[in-house]
Amino acid sequence: MSTFLGTPGIGNLRGDSSFPTAARRELANTQMRRNVGHATRTIRSKRLAAVGECPDWEQLREAGSALKRDVLARLPELLTELEHNVVARGGVVHWARDATEANQIITGIVRACRTDEVVKVKSMATQEIGLNEHLAVHGIAAIETDLAELIIQLAHDKPSHILVPAIHRNRSEIREIFLREMPDADDLTDDPRVLAMAAREHLRRKFLSAEVAVSGANFGVADTGTLAVVESEGNGRMCLTLPKTLITLMGIEKVVPRFTDLEVFMQLLPRSSTAERMNPYTSMWTGVHPGDGPENFHLVMLDNGRTAVMTDEVGRAALHCIRCSACLNVCPVYKRTGGHAYGSVYPGPIGAILSPQLTGTRTHDDPNASLPYASSLCGACFDACPVKIDIPNILIHLRAAQVDAERHGLPSGQDMAMKAAAWVMSSPRSFAVAEKALTAARFVAGTDQRITALPFPLSRWTASRDMPAPPRESFRQWWKRTQSAIQA
Amino acid sequence: MVEADAIGDTGMSAQDSRAVVLGRIRAALAFATPAPVDVPRNYDHTPFCGIGNTDRFIEALTEYHARILSTDPAGIATAIASLVSSDGRVAVPYDVPTEWTHEITTVVDRPEKPLTVEQLDRCDAVLTGCALAVAATGTIVLDAGVMQGRRVMTLVPDHHICVVFATQVVDTVPQAFATLDPTRPLTFISGPSATSDIELSRVEGVHGPRTLDVLMVAAKPHVPPSST
Repeated sequence: MSTFLGTPGIGNLRGDSSFPTAARRELANTQMRRNVGHATRTIRSKRLAAVGECPDWEQLREAGSALKRDVLARLPELLTELEHNVVARGGVVHWARDATEANQIITGIVRACRTDEVVKVKSMATQEIGLNEHLAVHGIAAIETDLAELIIQLAHDKPSHILVPAIHRNRSEIREIFLREMPDADDLTDDPRVLAMAAREHLRRKFLSAEVAVSGANFGVADTGTLAVVESEGNGRMCLTLPKTLITLMGIEKVVPRFTDLEVFMQLLPRSSTAERMNPYTSMWTGVHPGDGPENFHLVMLDNGRTAVMTDEVGRAALHCIRCSACLNVCPVYKRTGGHAYGSVYPGPIGAILSPQLTGTRTHDDPNASLPYASSLCGACFDACPVKIDIPNILIHLRAAQVDAERHGLPSGQDMAMKAAAWVMSSPRSFAVAEKALTAARFVAGTDQRITALPFPLSRWTASRDMPAPPRESFRQWWKRTQSAIQA
Repeated sequence: MVEADAIGDTGMSAQDSRAVVLGRIRAALAFATPAPVDVPRNYDHTPFCGIGNTDRFIEALTEYHARILSTDPAGIATAIASLVSSDGRVAVPYDVPTEWTHEITTVVDRPEKPLTVEQLDRCDAVLTGCALAVAATGTIVLDAGVMQGRRVMTLVPDHHICVVFATQVVDTVPQAFATLDPTRPLTFISGPSATSDIELSRVEGVHGPRTLDVLMVAAKPHVPPSST
């Protein structure tokens, strides 16, 4: 988009192929479709129940949305306040312009600790910057401790969901991965409980001996310097408590003004993401707590395209996201294609508005330029979003920006179709002729009265959508046949 | 050879990056200036008064598959003993009253002689109090304060026994945040460790304690049992 301002983000934010191409590839994976369909169906009804029992849910959403707008409006002041309070409590604060710089900062800290192994809490930001790959190049092994991230890491796979990165794998596939990759795992069944126990055994020694941990952050509180990590398994608590050094990577948009503002988000987030009243564990810490937990704490605050998103006054609401993944679970497109089709580490409806804005889209063929079209605009994501991000509206806004940016090039097929339609509709006569011609299309419809394949250039339309067969008679034809007789 | 990868090698100092990022934010806000925001607070944030709804707390905890034992202050020691095997070793913070623990074998964590992770790993259970509890969500909050010990204590042993007095139960999440001290390390616990990572259905027991037992102590002030 030529309107793009600011410095684009880099890292794992862009796939190799456009969404339609990638989606077609993914749709062929029927096992994945079954797995994702099953998991999202399970969580959808549970989320409705968890949300339904809060009489003040809509008021909480309003408050969450307003808080996030307030955060962006006062971002410089809030970030410096957070920095001041973290430092005052014994922490060290780093600023990273992009993925490269964040990777270098973290690698530098790990090296200074003279270790070649770090344990990791699940973090979208570290996925975004490709931290594990960067550490590996420098001889440092990053061990993912979240169960789903561990599954992905052991399978040499890519995450496909914000909350449950291994959602595209079912229990028997996970069993296969564990048997293949865990040297001490034998005799596993595909009972989720048994698989969780295998992960516990596999990681326990690592936790108890780790020197350095890397985490993300769900929230950073400006007025106190408190950081929060929301989790389920206890791997987060292990990483945040046991190692000597803790490094936390946080996107700059994750700051909240006051400690008590967490009363809103700690109600919205668990119910929206895992459909629980509260997630099993949440840890909050403020700098270094002497005698309790890490002796060294580093906070790395990451831009990587976020400031570029802020230049778009409509699109910047994408930065309100609290990464609950409710929009993925309700999305009819995500449910079928899974997360890999989106290319970026941020899949689903939120990814479709966040990824292209973080990276900017260079040309029409940029894979991220296709993401705003990866939606039927049904609006389910907006209804589910706990901070009321109007995703459909932002999708349309981004589509419009894309069209505007390309307006001066060669006319596209869509442009010509629109021109033709404009001419047809410009006079009653040409419209009547077109209606008559349309009736002929009944012959290409199947017995189910749907048109599924047309020759080029109309194949561009039918490749991704069916069309109902035109009726035997249009309204105007019917009117003429019946009413003209009456009037006569 | 691996090239030096220190922070300074990016060609810009850390101070520069801070200025660059803040400058970018200010430029973005100047380009598209947002209106000042008034945050509506008309969700339920009634202040806490009286006593929390312990029935609701117990109901929510039960759904997480935690075990709940109700008792009065005089019955604490016996209730605790009923939750651990006779040869079980129970880690306790130094300030847990001895009248709670005289029927069990304890391993005490003292500020001057803290337990190592290995020692904690050899314990069968840990016994603590809590800072407060939230009825609406079945949540226990620890703040490393009185009778709670360091964060690691309630993490490494596989079985957590937590004593909650009815007077410590608040009703809502906002009531909890109004009371908590953010300068302390806080741990919110809602049931035993669990995961939803396999097919998005919850199973209990991963890295944190696989068993959570809560001793709900009736709302009478804590009086040690007489020695007679």
